[in-house]
Amino acid sequence: MIKHPITLAGIVLFLFAVAGVGLVALVHQQTEARIIANERQALLDQLNALVPAHTIDNDIVSDVITVSAPDRLGGKETQVHLGRKAGKPVAAVFTSIVPDGYSGPIKLLVAVRIDGSLGGVRVISHKETPGLGDKVEERKSDWIFGFENRSLQDPLPAKWKVKKDGGVFDQFTGATITPRSIVLAVKNTLIYFRDRGESLFQ
Amino acid sequence: MATNGYGRLIKDGLWNNNQALVALLGLCPLLAVTNSAVNGLGLGLATLVVITLSNATVSLIRNWVRPEVRLPVFVLVIASFVTAVELSMNAWFYELYKILGIFIPLIVTNCAIIGRAEAFASKNPLGRSLVDGLAMGIGFTLVLTVLGAVREIIGLGTIFAQADLMFGDIASGLKVSLSEDFKGMLLAILPPGAFIGLGFMISIKNIIDKRLASSRKAAAATAAEPEPTAV
Repeated sequence: MIKHPITLAGIVLFLFAVAGVGLVALVHQQTEARIIANERQALLDQLNALVPAHTIDNDIVSDVITVSAPDRLGGKETQVHLGRKAGKPVAAVFTSIVPDGYSGPIKLLVAVRIDGSLGGVRVISHKETPGLGDKVEERKSDWIFGFENRSLQDPLPAKWKVKKDGGVFDQFTGATITPRSIVLAVKNTLIYFRDRGESLFQ
Repeated sequence: MATNGYGRLIKDGLWNNNQALVALLGLCPLLAVTNSAVNGLGLGLATLVVITLSNATVSLIRNWVRPEVRLPVFVLVIASFVTAVELSMNAWFYELYKILGIFIPLIVTNCAIIGRAEAFASKNPLGRSLVDGLAMGIGFTLVLTVLGAVREIIGLGTIFAQADLMFGDIASGLKVSLSEDFKGMLLAILPPGAFIGLGFMISIKNIIDKRLASSRKAAAATAAEPEPTAV
């Protein structure tokens, strides 16, 4: 039989490793479909808040392209979800990144309608100071809704700033940097869309 | 103390040897996620599930794991359960999972869990280990929830905001806003607030303990009765 205690110990450890992996594999198998569905639904809910479901008829979650315009859209690569109805472009939703938040990058969803107006903006993730910069979250204040229906004509590009800098958008008491950088990032996304426009949908 | 073994275990877990307030274990998740009552409760319950399962398993296998490999085996057991809990939360409590994020996998490194496995479950039968795990887990959850609630009240002026993430839409009415124009004291929900809050909780516990001890002494001195019934 087995002589060395260390061999026996090794075998015991091995058996537990197998059992542990087995348990995890089992749970993974049971939950995988649900997790994927959750993630998809969460993304769809976010997109539908900006591009209402009745205005499009395509699968906006899967109808996605990747573009690269670091100077306008922040990230190295940016995902753009495309909404269409009867094959015609309706809106593009950019996953823009604000590179210069107060404490690190801020991830946005920016929905631009085909006429160049904003369907809306949402903050997806950020590390801004709780109670100050985090008012950009839709749950914390309605500041982010102020972008709805804005475009490069309303206000004109020179006024795409926070009020403190002579623009039209509110800043928060004690937190100017966060709104300022988000306003700039949204403006840049609009400029990118103006330049690329319908060519995104091909 | 007229308590049987189980009563004593429960009392230890909830109060005398509370893992957060007395043993000061698991402080990393404790301090990090308790910026609201619901977050604290969520992580507390996840920890409760893991510590109970791991205590039970460790107790069942205690006689055939050789001492040389017992710690790696305990870690394996705990890590497996944590991953299972993480996947399940991702599947059934997706919103809460997104908020708690990294702190769920980090339950593996919660010293309270391996501490109970090593110090208690590896030396005790299944029933006692289960009760110990439950009691320790509930004690930990209570501290997390109370600390979260206190920080939420002081920091944001609400309590049980976002309870619907955990209990479904019926619970959204649980949220209580204390005052419309109270803007909150920011410090409480920032990291220093966690340390200050925990410090107060520990000192309050110590004051209560001291009061109990002195009143017990006084009672024993005046009357020759065996023990006060109140605990």
